[in-house]
Amino acid sequence: MAESVSATNELPSIPGDPSPFVRFWTSLRKNNSAMTGLGIIAVFAVVAVFAPALAPYDPLIQIIGDRLTPPLTDGYFLGTDDLGRDMLSRIMYGTRISMIIGVVSVSIGSLVGGLVGMLAGYFGGIFDRITMRIIDIMLAFPYILLTIVIVALLGASLVNAMIAIGISQIPRYARIMRGSVLAEKESDYVLAERSLGAKDGELMFSTILPNTLAPMSVQATLGIGEAILSSAALSFLGLGAQPPTPEWGLMIASSKEFVTSAWWVVTLPGVATLIAVLGFNLLGDGLRDVLDPRLQE
Amino acid sequence: MGRLILRRIVQLIPTLFGVVTLAFFMLALSPGDPARVMLGERASQARLDELRTQLGLDRPLIEQYGLYLSRVVQFDFGTSIKSGRAVTEEIADLFPATVELALAAMVFASFTGIVLGVLAARKKNSLLDTASMAAALIGVSMPVFWLALVMIMIFSVGLNLFPTGGRMNIRYYFTPITGFYLLDGFIVLLREGDPKYLMSALHHLVLPAVALGTIPLAIIARVTRSSMLEVLGQDYIKTAKSSGIPDFKITFVYALRNALLPVVTVIGIQFGLLLSGAILTETIFAWPGIGKWLYHAIEARDYPAVQGGIIVISTVFVLINLLVDLLYSVINPRIRLQ
Amino acid sequence: MDEPLLSIQDLKVDFSTNRGLVRAIRGVSFAIRKGETLALVGESGCGKSVTAHSITRLIPTPPGRITGGKILFEGVDLLQIPEPKLRDLRGSRISMIFQEPMTSLNPVFPIGSQIMDVLLTHTKMKKVDARAKALSLLELVKIPAPERRFKSYPHQLSGGMRQRVMIALALASPNPGLMIADEPTTALDVTIQAQILALLEDLKEKIGMALLLITHDMGVVAEVADRVAVMYAGRVVEEGEVFRIFENPSHPYTRGLLESLPSNPLYKETKRLKAIPGSVPDMITLGEGCPFANRCPLVRPECTLAFPEPTTLDTDHKVWCYAIEEEPVL
Ligand SMILES: Nc1ncnc2c1ncn2[C@@H]1O[C@H](COP(=O)(O)OP(=O)(O)O)[C@@H](O)[C@H]1O
Ligand SMILES: [Mg+2]
Repeated sequence: MAESVSATNELPSIPGDPSPFVRFWTSLRKNNSAMTGLGIIAVFAVVAVFAPALAPYDPLIQIIGDRLTPPLTDGYFLGTDDLGRDMLSRIMYGTRISMIIGVVSVSIGSLVGGLVGMLAGYFGGIFDRITMRIIDIMLAFPYILLTIVIVALLGASLVNAMIAIGISQIPRYARIMRGSVLAEKESDYVLAERSLGAKDGELMFSTILPNTLAPMSVQATLGIGEAILSSAALSFLGLGAQPPTPEWGLMIASSKEFVTSAWWVVTLPGVATLIAVLGFNLLGDGLRDVLDPRLQE
Repeated sequence: MGRLILRRIVQLIPTLFGVVTLAFFMLALSPGDPARVMLGERASQARLDELRTQLGLDRPLIEQYGLYLSRVVQFDFGTSIKSGRAVTEEIADLFPATVELALAAMVFASFTGIVLGVLAARKKNSLLDTASMAAALIGVSMPVFWLALVMIMIFSVGLNLFPTGGRMNIRYYFTPITGFYLLDGFIVLLREGDPKYLMSALHHLVLPAVALGTIPLAIIARVTRSSMLEVLGQDYIKTAKSSGIPDFKITFVYALRNALLPVVTVIGIQFGLLLSGAILTETIFAWPGIGKWLYHAIEARDYPAVQGGIIVISTVFVLINLLVDLLYSVINPRIRLQ
Repeated sequence: MDEPLLSIQDLKVDFSTNRGLVRAIRGVSFAIRKGETLALVGESGCGKSVTAHSITRLIPTPPGRITGGKILFEGVDLLQIPEPKLRDLRGSRISMIFQEPMTSLNPVFPIGSQIMDVLLTHTKMKKVDARAKALSLLELVKIPAPERRFKSYPHQLSGGMRQRVMIALALASPNPGLMIADEPTTALDVTIQAQILALLEDLKEKIGMALLLITHDMGVVAEVADRVAVMYAGRVVEEGEVFRIFENPSHPYTRGLLESLPSNPLYKETKRLKAIPGSVPDMITLGEGCPFANRCPLVRPECTLAFPEPTTLDTDHKVWCYAIEEEPVL
C-alpha cells in the first residue's frame, strides 16, 4: 500500500491544468473503499511476487511427523495440513496462482470481448447483429455452468480453467464496450475527427478507445475477483488446478474430510480467497464511484 | 399485456435454438473421440463401434445435429450412458430436489435481504447500515462452497444442530410423492397426521438453503438499499410525508413498492444463478439434485446426460429471466398499462 | 385584530454542505390569518421552499437543521411538539402541494387509492365512505369523469390533471386549515396555470381555509393574494397588504421587483430579475448585514453591519430597511 502510494506521489507535477490521470488519482485517493481495496491488492501482489522469499517453507514439502499441526504451534504460524505441509507457505504460493488466474482470464475476456464489442459497435450492421445474437446465447448459459462445461471439454487443468473463465467473461466486456462505443461514435469530437479524414482504425483505437476505458476498468476489476472465485470453484470440483498445486480452491476441496478435526485446514484458504476477492470488489466499487459520471455532482 | 407475453415467448425461440446448438456442438467438437473417452482406453473395438452407432457418431455431423434437434423438440435427450435410463426421466426425477433447494434459498435470501436493505437505507450511515453493508460486501466475496463447508463445520459438526447432508432421515424409507419433500411431508401430515417427514425435510433443508442463499442475500440487500435510498429522495415521498402518512407505511408501502422494481430483476437473476450454482452446493451437501447429477455426468463424460443437463438448466434459466421480466411489467403500472 | 392562524417568528434554518454551512433562512417572520391568502414572493433560491417545509418540519435532517425561531399554528409552537402530534396535523390541518406535479404522486398506486389513504389516515372512516369522499374530492377539483379517473395511475394524467389530484390530496381531511402551495403552477402551461389558480381561489372560498402561496411571479400575486411577504436571501424584507405593497413598495428590492414587472417582457422569459444590477449573494459567506446591500441603490454604511429592525409604515405594512425614514411616503 505504502509503496504504491508514494510511487504515484512522485509523479512529476504538471504545471497548469492537471492531467486527467492526476485528477482521477486525486478523487480516487479520497475514496475509502478504493483505497482499502488497493491496499489489500498491493499486499497480495507483494506476497505473490516475493512468495519464495517470504514463505517460511517449501509449499510442497511434506513433513509427515508434523501432520495437522494447529496454528501457532512448533513454528507453524498457520499450522500444517494433512500431509504435513506448511499452510502459510501454501497460502502464500496460492496467492501467486490466484493473481495470475485473475489477471490472465480477465485479459482474455476483456481483450476478446472488447475487440468484438468495439467492432460490433463501430461498424454495426449484420456483423453487429450476429455477434450480439451469439453473446445473447452465451448469456443464456449460466456463467458457472458455461465455465464448467468448457473446462470439462478442454480437459481439467489450470490453464484450461483460465481459458474457460476468460471465455465466459467475454459477453459482459463485449456488451459494455459496444455500449460505450455506440455512445461515443456519435459524439462531436468523433464526428469532427471523421470529417478531418481520420481512418476507421485511428478513430476506433486512438479516439474512441480511451473514452471507453472507464466502464471497462470497473468491470475488469470486479471481473478479477470473480475469476478468482470461479477458479477456486473449478479446482474444488476437480476441474482446475491438480494436486499438489497449492491453489486455494483445491486446498479447500482436499480439506473436506477435516471438518471434524482441523478447522484451520478448512477455513484459512477460504479466508485468503475472501480477502483477495474483497480487495478487488472494494476497488471496483470505488472505481465505479469515481469514474461513473452519473454519480458525480 | 397478453401481446407482450406472446412477443416475449416468440423472442425466446431463437435463443433456445442457440442454446441447443451450442450445447450440441460444444460436445461434438470437443477434442477426443467421445466413445473412447466414455468407455476408457481398454474398450474393445466392437464395443466402441456399437456405442458410436448407438450415439449416431458414425454419421456426418450435420446429420447428427439434425437428428438431435428433432429429438430435443420432443423432449428426448437420449439415454444416459452411465445409467442406461432416459436422460429426460433422470432429470425429471431430480429436478424437484434442485428447485426445492433453490426456492428455499431464494425465499430466505429475498426476505432477509430486502428487510436488511430497507432498514439500512432508513438509517443511512448508522451502525446497522455500515455493518450490514460491510457484511454484504464480504458475502459477495466468499466462495459459496467454502461457506457451505464452514457452516457444516460450525452448525453440523460443532453444534450438532443440523444434519450434514441428504434430504430426509434415511431411516424413514420415504417414498416421494411429488419430489418436493417439504410438500410431500405436508401431504403426509394432512393424510396421516404424522409431522415427522415434514420436520425432517425442513431440518435437512435449512443449512443448504442458508448456505446457498447467503450470496444472493448480500446482493439483494445491497441493491435494495441503493434503490430505497433513491426512492426515499423522490418528490412523492415528500408528498406522503406532508399528508401525514405514518413513517412505517411510507417506508414499507409507498417507498418499498417502488424500490422493489429493480430488486425483482436482481432476485430473478440470482435465482437463475442459484440453480446453476447448485452444482457446487449439492455436491457438498450430498443433495440429490440436478447439480450433483450433472457433476457426475461431466466426470464420467456421459455426453447425452451432459447435453441434456445443460439444455434443461439453461432453458430454465432463460424461462426464469422471462418470468422476471413479465413480473416486472406486472408490478410496474408504467409498463403494464402501455 | 384576532390571533393569526399561523405566525412564523424569527425562523432560522441552516444546511451543512461540503462547501460549508449554508445559512439559508436567517430570521423570517410573517403571519397568516384565517381564510386569507398570503403570497410569499422572491427570487428562486431565496428560501421560500425551505420556509414552507419548515412549517411542518419536513426539512431533510441532515443536512438541514432548524436552529431558531417559533412557528405558531393556532397558538401551538410546531417546532416544540412531538413528531406524532405533528404528523396528525400534516395532511389534516396543514397540507401542501408542490411545484412538480409530474413527480409528486406515487407512480405505482392509482390516484384514488392515494387520496383514500390520506383520508383513512386522518379519520375513522370506513373504506366505502373514504372511497365516496375521495370521489367527491376529485369532482371538487373538477377532474372530468372522476369514476374512471379513480383507478388511473399518475402517468396516465396530464400535468394539469396531476396538479388537480395533488390539490384533492391536500384537501383530503375533514377540516383543512392551511394549504401551502409551493409554486403550484410554475411547471404548467400558461393556460393551465390560470385554471389551477382559479381553482385554488375558488376552493379557498368554499372551504374557508387559509392559503400560503409561494411564487416568484408578481403577476400571480396581484391576482390572488390578500397579503404579501417579500423574501430576499433568507430574510423577509417587506410584508403587508397586497394593495399597499403594490401602491407603495418601500424596500428597494420590492421596488426593483415591481419595476421589472409586468411590462418588462424579459422577466417572463428568463424568470430572473433584469432590472436590479448585481447578483444574489452567496449564502455561505454572506455576513450579518442586509443581504441586499451589495445591489442596493440606497446602501448606507450601517447596512452591511446588521440587519435592520422592522419599521411599521401602516396598520398592515412593515419594511426592514434603514433607508426608509428618508423616503417620503407617497
Ligand atoms: N437540501 C439542501 N441542502 C443544502 N442546501 C439547501 C438544501 N435545500 C435548500 N438549500 C439552500 O437553501 C436555499 C433556499 O432554497 P429554496 O428554499 O429551495 O429556494 P426557493 O426560494 O427557490 O424555494 C438555497 O439557496 C439552497 O442553497
Ligand atoms: Mg422552491
